Amino acid sequence: MKGIDLIVQALPLLLRGLAISLEISGLVVALALVAGVLLGAALVYGPLLLRLPIRGFVDLIRGIPMLVLIFFVYYVGPAAGLDLGSFPAAVLALTLFSTAQVAEIVRGALSSIHHGQMEAARAIGMTFPQCLAWVILPQAARRFLPPWINSVTDAVKGSALVSLVGIVDLMQSIQQVIGRTYRPMPFYLLGAVIYFAINYTLSSASRRLEARFADVRE
Amino acid sequence: MPYQLNFTLVWLHFGRLAWGLLLSLELAVLAIFAGTVLGLALALAHVSGGRAVRTAVAAYVECIRNVPLLLLVYLVFYGIPTVIDLRYNAVTSFVVTLSLYAAAYLVEVFRAGLLAVAKGLTDAGKAIGLTAWQRLWHVRLPVMLRIVLPSLSNTFVSLFKDTSVASVLAVPELTYGAQWINFNTFRIIEVYLVVTPMYVVTGYVILGLLRRLERRLAIR
Repeated sequence: MKGIDLIVQALPLLLRGLAISLEISGLVVALALVAGVLLGAALVYGPLLLRLPIRGFVDLIRGIPMLVLIFFVYYVGPAAGLDLGSFPAAVLALTLFSTAQVAEIVRGALSSIHHGQMEAARAIGMTFPQCLAWVILPQAARRFLPPWINSVTDAVKGSALVSLVGIVDLMQSIQQVIGRTYRPMPFYLLGAVIYFAINYTLSSASRRLEARFADVRE
Repeated sequence: MPYQLNFTLVWLHFGRLAWGLLLSLELAVLAIFAGTVLGLALALAHVSGGRAVRTAVAAYVECIRNVPLLLLVYLVFYGIPTVIDLRYNAVTSFVVTLSLYAAAYLVEVFRAGLLAVAKGLTDAGKAIGLTAWQRLWHVRLPVMLRIVLPSLSNTFVSLFKDTSVASVLAVPELTYGAQWINFNTFRIIEVYLVVTPMYVVTGYVILGLLRRLERRLAIR
């Protein structure tokens, strides 16, 4: 059979895999955004007793290879009484990794805003939450967005690793198709094109935002 | 009955982990070296080349950076030999892949560094009669190195962590050692409790050494 016929035949399977990949990435990005913003804000404004464990967590997670973290959660979880099943375990592992990244980006964005801004806002009688909402966050968001989108592409790329714990994502469905057709090259290239299309869209959005917000960088 | 931790079997096979870590480091060093050479060459081409060269370098960077490393590793090892008559083993294949991957990240680092070298320095080099190569070797590269070293250190450490992907080609590095002990002794918790700190500690030792280098090279 010609390569193109093979691809047409395999398309439903690959699309199902792509849906799983996108589902995992979407969950990870959403969960990590919430957790990362909370941890990142605590790293800047929290008391020392809160900052220390968070710093420890972030530095520990960033020191572990993503693949090892996935194996750790997937294999150690059940043995330690946390039997999640492969899908939640994969999402948890990727979320931990992404949360550490997002927390670090949030910390960088918040602490890059000159402290005079906060002092000025407090001086005119705004409460701390008001200062955050009206003064700090609008400025920090512009510095947060471009690197955050890069961390989203990292999450999408990292999601390919979940194929190694038995989840039939895009990567694993490509492997299955190759296992049946013995035609690795067309399918790996097709997979590369799909991942490229997703990530390139994201990373060029990140570059455009960066150029647009260039004026807020000193 | 709660699970009883038993590290005996992990220590019995600890050699696999120790040699595995050594191989991980070797893979990282080789890929970092090749990736640095290629990345620097591409960055110089991008900075001083014409429009066509810049587009080609940008296309290379985008194509590699937007695809998962795992897919690239499979593509090089399982895909390419089916279309080109080339034979290579898993280690060579992985080192080549990681080098190409490293280069795509390092191009950006070096390009930013080269652009950040003050124009006055190269002009001064020109004024005292240095040739283009001498200006590059004695002025632009040393200054660039000091500028990029912090982001270079981070890239190097993440490349070291990326060597764990080599386990999918059964390259006997640290993660593969962990998998082997896992499948052969079922001491799953124990082996990951040993391997994870090995990665973390090694990563931070590398980072610490590079930070010392940064301080030593810093202009006082």
